[in-house]
Amino acid sequence: MMDKVGIVSYGGYVPHYRIEAGAIGAVWGIDGTARGKSLGIIRKSVPSPDEDVITISVEAARKAMRCCNTDPEDIGAVYVGSESHPYAVKPSATIVAEAIGAAPRMTAADLEFACKAGTAGIQICMGLVASDMIKYGMAIGADTSQGAPGDALEYSASAGGAAFLIGKKNLMAEINTTLSFTTDTPDFWRREGQLYPRHGGRFTGTPAYFKHINSCAQMLFEKMGTKPEDYAHAIFHQPNGKFPLRVGKAMGFSDGQLEHGLLTPVIGNTYSGAVPLALTNVLDHSEPGDRIFVISYGSGAGSDGFDITVTNRIKKLRKKGWKPLSEMVNDYQLLDYATYAKFRGKIRMGGIA
Amino acid sequence: MPEARFWRENQARYNMIGHKCGKCQKVYFPPRDMCPKCRRASMGKMEKIQLTGKGSVVSHTTVHEGLPEFQMQIPYTMAIIELEEGARITGQIVDCNGECVKIGSEVETVFRKLGEEGKSGIIHYGYKFKLIE
Repeated sequence: MMDKVGIVSYGGYVPHYRIEAGAIGAVWGIDGTARGKSLGIIRKSVPSPDEDVITISVEAARKAMRCCNTDPEDIGAVYVGSESHPYAVKPSATIVAEAIGAAPRMTAADLEFACKAGTAGIQICMGLVASDMIKYGMAIGADTSQGAPGDALEYSASAGGAAFLIGKKNLMAEINTTLSFTTDTPDFWRREGQLYPRHGGRFTGTPAYFKHINSCAQMLFEKMGTKPEDYAHAIFHQPNGKFPLRVGKAMGFSDGQLEHGLLTPVIGNTYSGAVPLALTNVLDHSEPGDRIFVISYGSGAGSDGFDITVTNRIKKLRKKGWKPLSEMVNDYQLLDYATYAKFRGKIRMGGIA
Repeated sequence: MPEARFWRENQARYNMIGHKCGKCQKVYFPPRDMCPKCRRASMGKMEKIQLTGKGSVVSHTTVHEGLPEFQMQIPYTMAIIELEEGARITGQIVDCNGECVKIGSEVETVFRKLGEEGKSGIIHYGYKFKLIE
């Protein structure tokens, strides 16, 4: 029988700065707190001017490596999923691999699938590990997402990321299965060279987010022969604070099952980092034997589903250099809109080429 | 070529790799080919050492008139850090205003952007520091 593939270790990273919805709305002449409430978002994370997808990915991956005894030279693949890679041409993954000591005897690549490039990386690593092409793979989902000034996305687009070391040995969580549901749906996009993405407004809801998440979830329930009550936790992609609750409750999940997998209200939508970060928070709150139901979503569009069972090894992991994600989520400094605009490069400067 | 110049130092800058003199045991960061104290006696005896990246603040200042490439981060705090292994280095302390930093404050490295060769050039990465709570 084939060995199970799963998560050996994990780590998440959220930048230190936040801006509240009220501070954004005040600039555009609307009640931002009310807008935030309608989106289910109180505040969102903001990257410092010296942070990007690469620095976030390195911090998350190093956090994962600190919690396990894996030799970084045993990592055979590093994948960074993001829609805000700092370079159009030059991989983020090679810099991350060098910074965690995994290079040079390994493969690396950058992935893009809107908000689900991180979970796509987990699937690729699973395949490489299952086929014994590599011993371990590092899958990272991270973003410093863009929202045009004044657009609804400005209330949600934030920054953060998480890394998962995928392997066959010393698993703290077994991935029982994974599957995907994918179509050509133009709900959200950003063309080459454009600073900000565009979206189809309400079109991003029913035919996009809900159709793909529901279809993928149904496939996962059918394949595993399970029901919502078989899971301790459920995680859904979270472009705002309301969609994941609506889709989860319609399936039959309770508030308690959805609680730890929902971070968007306090850090915003971290795009490729959203489901990976939610999974790190859920793993932080899990006990051995807990089963986790995960459905990501990426515009364009597709959903990846995972059925995960936490093992006894999670207790060992917590003894070795482990710090819960909540420490980063709850330790923050608020910015005003002017500083936020400066940090995000929204102010046109003179004198710097 | 700045690309090659920075690239040569990436391993040390990314992962805090220093050198230790095999004769007097003094640790240097960035790495040095020769110990300035033992001089010729240290030739061929400088060994690579992985530093922990942890240390304490020896001195610090908050910069209000900074370099153009740091314009977005003004005011920012620079400090001389004594690493656990003894080497002293200069670094930026991030995610805090200068008032949080005290002489003796414990710090650890974080991975950040150090600079870039303009909007179309190479981005340089490496260590900065943050306070350990």
